[in-house]
Amino acid sequence: MATVSPAIESHSDDHSHGNDHGHGHQQSFFYTYLWSTDHKMIGKQFLITTMIMMMVGGALALAVRWQLAFPWQNMPVLGPVFKLFLGEGGQISPEFYTMLFTMHASVMIFLVIIPILAGAFGNFLIPLQIGADDMAFPVLNALSYWFMWPAIACFGTSFFVGGATAGPAGGWTSYPLLSALQEAAPGSGAAQTFWLMGLTLVGVSSMMGSVNYMTTIINMRAPGMTLFRMPLTIWSMFITAILQAFALPVLTAAGFMLLTDRIMGTCFFVPAGIVVNNAAPTIGGGQPLLWQHLFWFYSHPAVYIMLLPAMGMVSDMLSCMSRKPVFGYKPMVYSMAAIAGLGFIVWGHHMFTSGMNPALGMTFMTSTMMIALPSAIKTFNWIGTIWGGNVKFNSVMLNCSGFVAMFIVGGLSGIFMAAVPVDIYFHDTYFIVAHFHYVLFGSTLFGVFAGITFWFPKMFGRLMNDTVAKWHFALTFIGFNGTFFPMHLLGISGMPRRYADPYLHPYLEHLLPMNQFITCSAILMGFAQFLLLGNFLYSMYRGEKCGRNPWGANGLEWSAPSPPGHGNFDVPPVCYRGPYEYSSPEAGALNQDFILQTEVPPDMSKIATAETAATA
Amino acid sequence: MKKFWALFFFFWPAVAFWSCWIARSRGWWFPASEDNPLGLAMSPLGQQIDGLFYLILGIVAVVFVGTQFALGYALWMSATKEDSKPAHYSHGSHSLELIWTIVPAFVLVFIALYQMNVWAEFRVQSYFPNETKEDGPKLEVTARQFEWRMRYPAPGQVLSNQPQAGDLYAVNEMHVQTGRPVKFNLRTGDVQHAFFAPQLRVKQDAVAGLIIPVWLEVPKAGKYDLVCAELCGWGHYKMRATIVAEPKEKVEEYLRNLEQEQNFDGVAPAAAEE
Repeated sequence: MATVSPAIESHSDDHSHGNDHGHGHQQSFFYTYLWSTDHKMIGKQFLITTMIMMMVGGALALAVRWQLAFPWQNMPVLGPVFKLFLGEGGQISPEFYTMLFTMHASVMIFLVIIPILAGAFGNFLIPLQIGADDMAFPVLNALSYWFMWPAIACFGTSFFVGGATAGPAGGWTSYPLLSALQEAAPGSGAAQTFWLMGLTLVGVSSMMGSVNYMTTIINMRAPGMTLFRMPLTIWSMFITAILQAFALPVLTAAGFMLLTDRIMGTCFFVPAGIVVNNAAPTIGGGQPLLWQHLFWFYSHPAVYIMLLPAMGMVSDMLSCMSRKPVFGYKPMVYSMAAIAGLGFIVWGHHMFTSGMNPALGMTFMTSTMMIALPSAIKTFNWIGTIWGGNVKFNSVMLNCSGFVAMFIVGGLSGIFMAAVPVDIYFHDTYFIVAHFHYVLFGSTLFGVFAGITFWFPKMFGRLMNDTVAKWHFALTFIGFNGTFFPMHLLGISGMPRRYADPYLHPYLEHLLPMNQFITCSAILMGFAQFLLLGNFLYSMYRGEKCGRNPWGANGLEWSAPSPPGHGNFDVPPVCYRGPYEYSSPEAGALNQDFILQTEVPPDMSKIATAETAATA
Repeated sequence: MKKFWALFFFFWPAVAFWSCWIARSRGWWFPASEDNPLGLAMSPLGQQIDGLFYLILGIVAVVFVGTQFALGYALWMSATKEDSKPAHYSHGSHSLELIWTIVPAFVLVFIALYQMNVWAEFRVQSYFPNETKEDGPKLEVTARQFEWRMRYPAPGQVLSNQPQAGDLYAVNEMHVQTGRPVKFNLRTGDVQHAFFAPQLRVKQDAVAGLIIPVWLEVPKAGKYDLVCAELCGWGHYKMRATIVAEPKEKVEEYLRNLEQEQNFDGVAPAAAEE
């Protein structure tokens, strides 16, 4: 990654420390920026890679939106490019459209959301917040980043390998038989194979990360950092890592099964006698429902993998920006654990209409309703955290409040789909699209935006521009709600997902103006992200310099230099209290509204006597 | 500026609520038509589903307004108080945690249990309406890229899973009797599809290797949409078909015509007389 990190400057400030390690600032460009085993650099590598991928995924989404607002019309910008390089018309063809939404989802889920939470923030924050000098396995950590690139290469190849209009087109869920039989669709050929290999490599990367996170959190906490003094970010990363470690092997196995089905004709998922596009009948013996079970057994927990870390980070930031302890710390931890546990037994709610045994539908409905409970508890606790606080209305706080507001919508719309009979109607309509964008974008990405702004000073020693960040928040929030809230109504109107041209059906014709409004909102939201990127890049070099603890926060990471040098802490941290003691009497005794976890407890009795003496 | 941001979080849920409120009058609601301007479900089971939907909508609307208001109010309190006043130092409240655990738990369990019957009626075969058990499946619907194929049993025969001589075939038009539950077998000829009749609130995936019994009941004669709701390839969007609901005699007449058409060999009767 060709990014310049002020880490080097910090070493020059921090000579005593650099000398301890000797090799700290003498490493070559290659070992500093590319094959770095420093968790902070790997975190930044993940962050910048995922931000680039976010723009790619966003561009794909805008192309999808273009087709839905102006069906079969020449695409602006991209249209002429395709015409020039691929000899294709500027229109989006139906098979190109299926590729667009498939790759939008694949890029956003596997190359943005999962790696930005666990990869970027997990890497950067875990050692800093628990007071460790690095991850338990630094080389494994570097590998987990570098396995992303073959994955990106595989996904990238899948765009072109089958021809310009034959990208992977099975949807991100890749249900067989569409994904298992090469003849099923233009995109079911080589493109699908590369897609599956990309998926597997992302899985390898995540697995290496999660093993590392679990080991680090269990073994490398600073003295005094008991489990219940860990920030909720760390709890969320820990629980996510466990989820990842237990669920991911199932997807990897399923992916290999699908690959062998495609390449060697094993027929794990292919029943007998199916004729697709006049190809020879299949030999069979398998069942496509098996894939759905295996896929969702991973991918439902994956939804929480894509959400829990954001929940943890938002809890940290809300508490800091409200200058108040997190409301109900232990209930927050227990509800995250409950979400993770229940997350393993709700996968069937993606399959209510799939034809599985209907008794399973009832079982999964009940467990799914139950998982709404810990989510509700967390929401109430976030509001309780803000309540009566001394809120700092900066962009971090706004994004966090946005997270809570959007999570409420995403959670509540989920209840409709958890109810099986109602899901009969809503399954695979735009209601679902609205729901999961409220959870994955509305919640997770607003949490991520807040997280980037909040920990940017620790990453680069400079602050991001708050005014620009507020504009970014406002425009994204307006664009986001303009895009996704009306999608609930499209869903109620019965508009199915993944239609290249819904207006072919008379009962959907009147929805065109609403889709055009949605597309305009989506364009606003997409372009607003340049504010984030611009602010990020500008602030890296020109942002206001800051000290160790610009927000007046409590976590161990704020006791380290900004940015921390190699080995993170100049003084080995000792943890004396929980991470959320804002506005506590102890803090008051120090005449501030925060008290670092490393702060030696002030002698309260002396202060009390001094105070009484003063009043007397 | 603080007050602006607090109001911002009051303002957007109000807009969201308002847009749902006016949605039906603007046609952004369940699919409506000239003879069904309110977009009501056109099947008895569909009406039960709509009833459940409105129940959840009511609960959700109350929770939405309540929580968004609480969030906005928490921000507003902070925006209007003096900066020098310290934050309220509290780690939470055990009784509040209990309340907001137990109350939602009851509501959620109630919602879950309350839904079971409708689901059982729709999908569990032993709970299917008695008529469907007496009649057996009336036809077989086979989805394939990118059309719907109907197979009615040969006149006087019962439907068999293997095609029989004399079976009647049609494409993209499904005729069902009004006023009586009609069961049919759903299958796919190639990849996965889903049978989705929006006005009837019926949806069921067609899965390779499975024959899935589905039933629907249409009290009112008319034409209803049938579309595909599971990604099945590039032409997913164009799997457009019609469900024609009509009285029993009309269905029989349609099948007679279908039989004649199918058995027509092009030899004109007049030529035979000569």
